[in-house]
Amino acid sequence: MATSTKGNVTGPGEVVAVHVPARSLRHDLRAIKIVLHREMLRFGNDRTRLLSSLVQPVLWLFVLGTGLGSLINRGPAVGVDYRTFVYPGVISMTVITTAMFSAASIVWDREFGFLREMLVAPVSRGAIVIGKILGGALVATSQGVIILALAGLVHVPYSPSLILTLLGEMFLASLAITAFGVSLTAKIKNMQSFFGIMQMAIMPMIFLSGAMFPLSNLPGWLAVLTKINPLTYAVDPLRHAIFGHLSVSPQVVAQLNPGVSWFGWHVPVGLEIGLVAVIGVILTAFAIAQFRRTE
Amino acid sequence: MTAIEVKGLSKTYGKVEAVKGVAFEVNPGEVFGFLGPNGAGKTTTISMLCTLVNPTGGAATVAGYDVVTERDQVRRNIGLVFQDPTLDGYLTAEQNLRFHAELYGVPKEVVDERMRQVLEMVALWDRKDGKVNTFSGGMKRRLEIARGLLHSPRVLFLDEPTVGLDPQTRSAIWGYINKLRDTEDITIFMTTHYMDEAEYCDRIAIIDHGEIVVIDSPEALKASIGKDRVQIVTGDDERAIAELRDRFGIEAAVREGQVTFGVEGGESFVPRLFGELGVPIKAVSVARPSLDDVFMNYTGSTIRDAEAESATAWMRAIARGR
Repeated sequence: MATSTKGNVTGPGEVVAVHVPARSLRHDLRAIKIVLHREMLRFGNDRTRLLSSLVQPVLWLFVLGTGLGSLINRGPAVGVDYRTFVYPGVISMTVITTAMFSAASIVWDREFGFLREMLVAPVSRGAIVIGKILGGALVATSQGVIILALAGLVHVPYSPSLILTLLGEMFLASLAITAFGVSLTAKIKNMQSFFGIMQMAIMPMIFLSGAMFPLSNLPGWLAVLTKINPLTYAVDPLRHAIFGHLSVSPQVVAQLNPGVSWFGWHVPVGLEIGLVAVIGVILTAFAIAQFRRTE
Repeated sequence: MTAIEVKGLSKTYGKVEAVKGVAFEVNPGEVFGFLGPNGAGKTTTISMLCTLVNPTGGAATVAGYDVVTERDQVRRNIGLVFQDPTLDGYLTAEQNLRFHAELYGVPKEVVDERMRQVLEMVALWDRKDGKVNTFSGGMKRRLEIARGLLHSPRVLFLDEPTVGLDPQTRSAIWGYINKLRDTEDITIFMTTHYMDEAEYCDRIAIIDHGEIVVIDSPEALKASIGKDRVQIVTGDDERAIAELRDRFGIEAAVREGQVTFGVEGGESFVPRLFGELGVPIKAVSVARPSLDDVFMNYTGSTIRDAEAESATAWMRAIARGR
């Protein structure tokens, strides 16, 4: 202690005076930051989670993608590898499952008591929920980055503008999905029910989003279902961005990347992205309201 | 200003009255204990004081702030150590404390020093980089106490701080609590159902069936019972019991193989006993009344019996609910 040059060093036995300031925006921002930081620490520490969540997309891309590809490449859509087509779908699948798992960590936190440590703090519930959602979205995006690294293997070019666009769109989608998951955890208090609901909600949403098959020439009922599925508007911009960087004939693009249309009107990508953002904001507000009410 | 002031606080869950209008005051700097069997309403009371549960009736202030209308102020000024652990086992001890410091808005320039101070206090400074999952139950509890102190709360709430710990760790934790009392300007409110721990408190409130039966210092409570417990080993127990009755008017009985009786001023009674009993005495022991005796005296049952009874009552309530 004698060598210290700091002015406020206390001698042995003296107690450091801590005055906790009144709640302020700055304090809430600090809370958001630390909750987010914890998510990243947990993610970084958990190598098994990192690896295990890679298995599914790799299976989709290279096993199912190659197998189904050999069937499809005989059909009309020749010119684009099925793996290239399904690539944006696999990205969104990875991001979605990781985001849901991040949200599920709140259920763990509750089970292991840590949620209580957060909820009794003199900080707004909103700050904790926003920290959790941002953290979950960041974790999901980081997981997506690993899939982005595989782009070359499915003939998608490593163009900086494409990567930036995909990153942004991935983050937005993860934000909305984490917010959805977090608002579920306010009510669902055990892991089994959460994963049950997750399976029930996420699987159909992925199937109906155009992640696995093109949205063109679908039977009427299926077309309607894909249009009311919010996930469709998260997947389509990803595919749009990727097809923008491929050199394929317009016919193939029309077949494989038809976009979404409402009553014959082609929905622009900007509106799709806006839609996902709005859904994300609404779900975040909903999640905050849910956590304000409980406990 | 009182550290905690409680007036007619009550909590009803459905038809069950968990806390029935309790009232008490805790002075600044005091170690105040809530003593009672499981299910007596201790945790419900502590939860209301910590703003975790809204009271059904009555009012309470902690550090001068109302627990219902000024929740944030209360939370800023209290530290909590719960019965169940609330640590993140995947983070290190230091990371857990940093999380807490940020969440409570502890000024950045004092975080490092304060963290070292509280970790040294519970002898965990050299383990700060260890993952909490690798800690023993006692270490986790110590870390929770350190964390509860990190933001220098005015009042520290300890809900059964030593439950489930081995005797050695329990006494270590009491060592820290006593040290804390000396070094920090803090009031401690704790619950326990261990009689021997209640002895460490400045004052205790005995709570049973959601009501406070009596509040006083452990010494005063024990003194209020009056009689010391005297046990003697004699050559002829039956004659000794008869002589005690005839010469001193004392009812004695054989307990644990010894002639046992209660008498006021036990120590000064012993010389008379040797002089006047007329039965050879081989050994004698005098014991002050314990808090066990106090609990027995005020509630009519031992704390173990009370716990067994409340457990049966719960079972019945659950059975009725079905």
